[in-house]
Amino acid sequence: MPAASGHRTASMSARSFRAALTGNFEVSPGYRLLSLRPEGSPPAPKPGQFYMVASGPGPEPLLKRPFCYFDSTGDGDLSMLYKVQGKGTRMLAAMPDGVILDVLGPLGNSYPMPKKGQRPIIVAGGIGIASVMPLIKKFGPEARVVFGARSQEDMVMRREVSGFLCELHGCTDDGTLGLQGTVVDMLHELAPEDDSLIYACGPKPMTRAVVEYAAQKRLKGYASLEEYMACGIGACMGCVVMTKKGYRRVCKEGPVFKLEDLI
Amino acid sequence: MNLSVSIGKLKLKNPVLVASGTFGYGEEFSEFYDLGRIGGVMMKGISLKPREGNPPPRVYETPCGMLNAIGLQNVGLNKFIKEKLPFIRQFDTAAIANVLGNTPAEYVRISRQLDEAGVDAIELNVSCPNVKKGGIAFCADPRTLGRLVGKVREAVRNAVLIVKLSPNVTDIRSVARAAEEGGADAVSLINTLTGMAIDARTRRPVLANVTGGLSGPAIKPIALRMVHEVCKEVKIPVIGMGGIATGLDAVEFMLAGATAVAVGTANFVSPGAAPAVVDGIEEFMRAEGLEDVSELIGGLLIDNPDH
Repeated sequence: MPAASGHRTASMSARSFRAALTGNFEVSPGYRLLSLRPEGSPPAPKPGQFYMVASGPGPEPLLKRPFCYFDSTGDGDLSMLYKVQGKGTRMLAAMPDGVILDVLGPLGNSYPMPKKGQRPIIVAGGIGIASVMPLIKKFGPEARVVFGARSQEDMVMRREVSGFLCELHGCTDDGTLGLQGTVVDMLHELAPEDDSLIYACGPKPMTRAVVEYAAQKRLKGYASLEEYMACGIGACMGCVVMTKKGYRRVCKEGPVFKLEDLI
Repeated sequence: MNLSVSIGKLKLKNPVLVASGTFGYGEEFSEFYDLGRIGGVMMKGISLKPREGNPPPRVYETPCGMLNAIGLQNVGLNKFIKEKLPFIRQFDTAAIANVLGNTPAEYVRISRQLDEAGVDAIELNVSCPNVKKGGIAFCADPRTLGRLVGKVREAVRNAVLIVKLSPNVTDIRSVARAAEEGGADAVSLINTLTGMAIDARTRRPVLANVTGGLSGPAIKPIALRMVHEVCKEVKIPVIGMGGIATGLDAVEFMLAGATAVAVGTANFVSPGAAPAVVDGIEEFMRAEGLEDVSELIGGLLIDNPDH
């Protein structure tokens, strides 16, 4: 048997760290913003990447939950926007400041940047805003943002979104804010030019509709996907999605996929 | 302090392995620690041809455990030998291949090729609950299993032969005995327990496969009981697994009679789980003043004379 390859241990634990909870407040009913201060200095995240975060300091729930990288500060603090919807997030919602949580990350690929001449158009559905927020921050006034939600109160962080001076087009299912309709209705209205580059994140039906729209209009772009995940690092094969190239792991080949590869 | 144990002619530097299906082919975990810290890697099950696996959702967390129905998505035998085996060979750890065939002839063919490719051990997967053909079908009847093991035994010259047993049988002892009589060098147990989760609001099963395999701390008491029973039944070494997350868990399995253990679902909880189990065993040995880890094997004390 060959000797252990010591060089492979160089990055050991680089993506596994503990972090102190420094904030966990409700930004809208059922939606919370989690702030973490990592111990040590884990690698800086890129837009589109995610973290696996323990829901509490104890052994239950067993598995960490995946959360998009939402924002970071100059001194390395991380924030993640999440929706309280299951056992893990309900438990996380009750965690007070100072609690130490196990974290893995940043994980997965990231949104490729637009090429010269390509104009970004960001499409977010509900909590999907969590994944595209770093892009909105980065592109600033360059970005057009189509933000869809069920209702006004599900259009979380919309003030922060407009704070980045992007061109914001809101739409809701119930008409309580912006256009009454879907993000695809809004896209049809905006009729983005051929050199537009779509960045989408939202619930599955929205992603499917955006994939279809992009194919129809021959527009290029990316979508970030979500799936139940166990390990987050590519080992369990639990989080696959069917693409035109076969099953792909959301945590490893994704979470960002080319629209043209999605079904 | 001596941590090494032997499974047949295979010497492990320590008794801690990682369970098949929870560790891929080792690549992802090698970014977190030197795989040479663990006794061996039981790699993701290999079939003759690549397999696509089941549709998602494939995993779901349940109280103290999780369900999975991956359906043995894997790269197939050729790619495994060309790409995955050389990778794991870079590390000072035992390379254990997990084999899944649709027919006895396939089990034999895959095992022979893996033996020739130089794996340290072959674990026959006769207990996967999530595939239609092969898998569990071979574990259901001891005689069928005995014949299968016998055929593979004839084809395998160098690799140690392990048979992975399912808990989803009436009497795991008779299946273990059949594996031993068929010529297995060791048995590993338990594979996952068949389970199910339902979403009441949608009135649908959570997993696309409807049923899945339950793993994690929830199954540890069942695994311990079965390891205890099988160890009384067979003379070959037993590799215990099922909900092991700490050094103390591992020690419990060894006391029940296991020669080695495997860390499974805990790898998903924390990538560094398996080396932490090695450290935990050492810590226990220090605290108890033990020099050799084999002192633990079968060390269970039962005061009730009826047992």
